[in-house]
Amino acid sequence: MKTELEINPTNTQIELDPSLEEVVSGEYKYGFTTNIEADEAPKGLNENIIRFISAKKNEPEWMLEWRLKAYQQWLKMKEPNWGNLQYPPIDFQDIIYYSAPKQKITIDSLDDIDPELKRTFDKLGISLDEQKRLSGVAVDAVIDSVSIATTFKKELAEQGIIFCSISEAIQEHPELVRQYLSSVVPVTDNYFTALNSAVFTDGSFCYIPKGVRCPMELSTYFRINAENTGQFERTLIVAEAGSYVSYLEGCTAPIRDENQLHAAVVEIVALDDAEVKYSTVQNWYPGDKDGKGGIYNFVTKRGICKGNNSKISWTQVETGSAITWKYPSVILKGDNSVGEFYSVAVTNNYQQADTGTKMMHIGKNTKSRIVSKGISAGFSQNSYRGLVQVAKQASNARNFSQCDSMLLGDKCGAHTFPYIEVKNSTAQVEHEATTSKIGEDQLFYCNQRGIDTETAVALIINGFAKEVMNQLPMEFAVEAQKLLAISLEGSVG
Amino acid sequence: MLSIQNLHANIDGKEILRGINLDVKPGEIHAIMGPNGAGKSTLASVLAGRADYEVTEGSVTFWGKDLLALAPEERAGEGLFLSFQYPVEIPGLSTTNFIKSAVNEVRKYRGQDALDAVSFLKLMKEKMALMNMDQVLLSRSLNEGFSGGEKKRNEIFQMAMLEPKLAILDETDSGLDIDAIRIVANGVNKLRNSENAVLAITHYQRLLDYIVPDFVHVLYQGRIVKSGTKELAYELEEKGYDFIKNEINIEEQV
Repeated sequence: MKTELEINPTNTQIELDPSLEEVVSGEYKYGFTTNIEADEAPKGLNENIIRFISAKKNEPEWMLEWRLKAYQQWLKMKEPNWGNLQYPPIDFQDIIYYSAPKQKITIDSLDDIDPELKRTFDKLGISLDEQKRLSGVAVDAVIDSVSIATTFKKELAEQGIIFCSISEAIQEHPELVRQYLSSVVPVTDNYFTALNSAVFTDGSFCYIPKGVRCPMELSTYFRINAENTGQFERTLIVAEAGSYVSYLEGCTAPIRDENQLHAAVVEIVALDDAEVKYSTVQNWYPGDKDGKGGIYNFVTKRGICKGNNSKISWTQVETGSAITWKYPSVILKGDNSVGEFYSVAVTNNYQQADTGTKMMHIGKNTKSRIVSKGISAGFSQNSYRGLVQVAKQASNARNFSQCDSMLLGDKCGAHTFPYIEVKNSTAQVEHEATTSKIGEDQLFYCNQRGIDTETAVALIINGFAKEVMNQLPMEFAVEAQKLLAISLEGSVG
Repeated sequence: MLSIQNLHANIDGKEILRGINLDVKPGEIHAIMGPNGAGKSTLASVLAGRADYEVTEGSVTFWGKDLLALAPEERAGEGLFLSFQYPVEIPGLSTTNFIKSAVNEVRKYRGQDALDAVSFLKLMKEKMALMNMDQVLLSRSLNEGFSGGEKKRNEIFQMAMLEPKLAILDETDSGLDIDAIRIVANGVNKLRNSENAVLAITHYQRLLDYIVPDFVHVLYQGRIVKSGTKELAYELEEKGYDFIKNEINIEEQV
């Protein structure tokens, strides 16, 4: 279908202040922009923009209808304000909803990628060929709104695994997308899911056939590049009966003074005996030391253990974003299904995080485990918000929740909001919470052994977060440990 | 190697050390004894660089360098080690990882390359054999859930790994039974050589049966009031600290 809008290829060349090149410790280390020509839509949101996005992506009619319907719903909804978060109102008409690198998307070989883009990946530490050669991680990289290259597709295809961008899945596997899209997170689940449904531009799709154990970690790297662009990815993972997949997601964004919006939706479906492990290292730009700039991160992630004996495990290491509003959840529908949530959330300077999980026990003998570690420094506010729900028919449900907070300094805050709703008397629900501070004694002990204070803080924090870090795949664990240290540099002493 | 001149130190405005003079040479073991509140642990803390204390007067040189001008981690790099009276716990941080960081940070300070995993493990194995150290202890979180004896053994094990020039043992015997004292003292003795020195701070003479000092100093009211050989320690054990207090009081009256 044709659109009336002019495609306006702008050169998103933004020079970095040279002083940023010599970034001193404690500053955001991924704050470079990539000099790539981008195709973008004009600012603002209306039906035409949605038609434009859909047309750009060459989508079938049903997809456009779905988006337009979502948009109509969104217009009727209100932005949620129950989070322990404070930020000025978001002007949804001041956002660019589509920005694609002008690069031709179909790439046969990695050599065909724009060298500038390749350098971006190198700076991010995910050089594609390196990855390919050394780590055996398949990477689906998303810059701004379009998926650039998907590695390992062929190897995966041999096992019947589909791992591609969601746009491609809409073209190539419409039946699967139609069956599962919004089956876990309804379009009208909340304000941001409706918005995402209307304007999502890319994301990943992953399908693991019956009985297949995915032989490698699947990884998506998201990055917001163009100015004033919102990033709205949509990820859908379907694990058929008896299958297994471990999925990694990493995020960075360049430094911008303005706040950028990120509203993603992730849906996971696990059928009988299937297991999905979803790990996130979120390192969006958190804003500067005075709280200027940074990403607003409003994300809805939910999985359904649809089949019996299925398992979904969320692990997240959240160090970035000015605002984080995120509750990866599991619906435990199948009998004997298991849901897990492991989280480390670090806030420094003026960051605010309101994050946690929901575990909804519906099937019999379902189990859930929640381990949340919040670390607050500077003037930041860090909240855990969790709901454990046991339905009437969910006999022998078990939950264990542990929420630990650590404070660095006396100007930050740690908050815990646990909600428990139990409608079945056979349920066992346990909740433990602690709050601690890094002690002068601990720091002095480390100093006396030759370890300076910054390194000591990193050691203590990584010790505190260890239970969660242990859940991460090896390749990510090392990066995540470094991230924790970087995020907290300069916060003590 | 260590020369303390007229050292005065306060905590919260209260003067604890009131003019300490002490010289320690390589190969020597000095014992600092004294009643509770005499300033023994304060002396250890000031030498190690704990921030709570304020040095108001005097100087400390360590191998010719102004020790008081160095940060605590730099003092460690120069070869000063403090065995803590109350070693702290760091949950989730394995003892091995902690020691590896310490060893490599000290090496970095000295301009040496960090040890790779293989060389580090080799060094660990060697020192574990020397110190009779249990592998299980090293894989646990630093000092978490350790018994009193295990904590002190861990301190001495770290000392073995870091090979300091001067080891300050702050009441290393407190809270230990006689078997544990023997194990810890044996460790210290094995690490002795003509290049390094020990400053053993203790309330009781019994540690000195195992770590035999060349010199014994009595600290009282923030000053070293009496120095002698190991016989002084026996005399103190026999007569108690009152005899020192009486001597001082008589002197002051005169």
